[in-house]
Amino acid sequence: MTAVRRIAGKLGALLLTLFLASLLVFFSRFIVPGDPVSFLLRGRTPSPDAVAAVTAQYGLDLPPWQQYLNWLFGALQGDFGRSLQYRQDVSTVLGERLPVTLGLVVMAGLLIAVIGLSAGAVAALNRGRIADRATLVGLTVLGAVPSFVGSIVLIAVFSVQLRWFPSFGSGEGFLDTIYHLVLPSIALAIVFVVLVGKVTRSSMVEQLGREHVEVAMSRGLKRATVIRRHVFRNAIRPILTVAGVLVAGLLVSSAIVEAAFGLSGMGSLLVQSVDRLDFPVVQAIVMFVVTAFVVVNAIIDILEPWIDPRSAAGAGAR
Amino acid sequence: MTTPTLAVKVLRAPRARRRSSTTYLISLGVLAVMTLAAVFAPLIAPYDPDQVDFSAFYAGPSPEHWLGTDGLGRDILSRMIFGARTALLGPLLVVVSSTILGVLLGLLAGWRGGWIDAVLGRIFDVIFAFPALLIAILAVALFGKGLVAPVIAMSIAYAPFVARLTRTLVAAERNRPYVAAYRVQGFGGAWIALRRVLPNVTPIVGAQSTLNFGYVLAELAGLSFLGLGVQAPTADWGAMINEAQAGLIGGYFLPALVPAVAVVIVVVAVNVVGEELSDRIGGGTPA
Repeated sequence: MTAVRRIAGKLGALLLTLFLASLLVFFSRFIVPGDPVSFLLRGRTPSPDAVAAVTAQYGLDLPPWQQYLNWLFGALQGDFGRSLQYRQDVSTVLGERLPVTLGLVVMAGLLIAVIGLSAGAVAALNRGRIADRATLVGLTVLGAVPSFVGSIVLIAVFSVQLRWFPSFGSGEGFLDTIYHLVLPSIALAIVFVVLVGKVTRSSMVEQLGREHVEVAMSRGLKRATVIRRHVFRNAIRPILTVAGVLVAGLLVSSAIVEAAFGLSGMGSLLVQSVDRLDFPVVQAIVMFVVTAFVVVNAIIDILEPWIDPRSAAGAGAR
Repeated sequence: MTTPTLAVKVLRAPRARRRSSTTYLISLGVLAVMTLAAVFAPLIAPYDPDQVDFSAFYAGPSPEHWLGTDGLGRDILSRMIFGARTALLGPLLVVVSSTILGVLLGLLAGWRGGWIDAVLGRIFDVIFAFPALLIAILAVALFGKGLVAPVIAMSIAYAPFVARLTRTLVAAERNRPYVAAYRVQGFGGAWIALRRVLPNVTPIVGAQSTLNFGYVLAELAGLSFLGLGVQAPTADWGAMINEAQAGLIGGYFLPALVPAVAVVIVVVAVNVVGEELSDRIGGGTPA
């Protein structure tokens, strides 16, 4: 019963945050001075027909709250209006671009999970020793490598010099796509590997210093068992809290990586739409990223008692 | 729990004489050099950043051009020196304004508590859902290219991080005996909050805020790299990398690598300094 109530509460918070975010995304257009028709048609020479068409299509003659409700109910059914540059439904354009970005995010996510977690764990288990110091120095430097810098360096070394990987496009077919996405996903992952690595290290170091771990060690239990059962399981919660930041960050940073590697994904669509003043597409992508962030966070919140049984016992049980 | 001496300790912590690490000093030096270069760019730069040398396209390093020239024959060193201006000024503005905004909101939330705290917390939650770079891109979509809209947008994006920390610190500070002592003496809540509590929390918050500088620098440079921030002919590190992409495929690495390496060096230096500052200041107070 309490579990149901807890989940309902989390879902309510999720919907409220999404609702407020949608208000922000939709009404941001209204803080720009000038009339909405000329805002949507910036950079184009509107014929009277076009003005009439845009006005009718977006219901610009309706009061703002009604425009919002129309947009919201459309969006809930997957209808984000029409793209100004493609003259297609925004959802169609997005649907074409999404697979590349999702592939990129999944590959980067795997790299982040494997490298970030192991780097953090190695550092924590060798605290103060040379492996720890080396990892920390490595993480500090890598943490300062934004995805555009990573892209440039990877292209210079692995595409132009060594000719191992392509520097452009996303390829065709499954294996070729993965091959094309190797460098982009590395460039995308770098900063986030550092984030996960640092959180893992500090979280595990904290757990390693706890009394029950020391007692378990002194009782002569196998070190590996103690680390697996008492250290890592307890350390996992803070690591998971960064997952929401991670997903949203990857989706946004993919704009930069896609630009650098000439990939036609959602990120490059966002940049292109800003560039060509295609506001309906910008709105849809912003809303998509925000939703991803909020939903991932809510899932982790909801799963928390199963991941970390202590939190089910009570909030203060930590 | 907390004893009255703790508050005094926070107020008058004798600056522990700690040996500054070499990396810290080197990082400070790097930042000082970059700042001087940015401030005195016209005096230091050997060339005009937009001056075209028709005898040297993609020239390598030479006595005339220390870091070579780009595809249009412009001196890369001079462009780097002028580019340091936008690279440093943008993040500086964001860090300062987000800190001021965040500290004030955090103070309000932490000091008053109750519904004000709840409403502000909800607003922060919503802003957290927008990654800073996304807010910056949205701002460009609304107000056009350049750095003004993104700087304002990112100040808002970063303020909740500052506000959260301030709120936690202020909420803890509010229950300290010295606050009660001031109240007993008849001082008003606003006076205590602004004149006595605020100075106690600002060093910690300030040190944490410097750590945002690196992120903001990378994000604003990334925006210019996307062609949405500082526009092409202007010398800016991100815009320089954007322009140098075509040459990169052709094997001309310097025009792209020089600004790329500069970004990494400055961000590492800022982070080293920021972490050292947080360590020093954070050390004196119970977390």
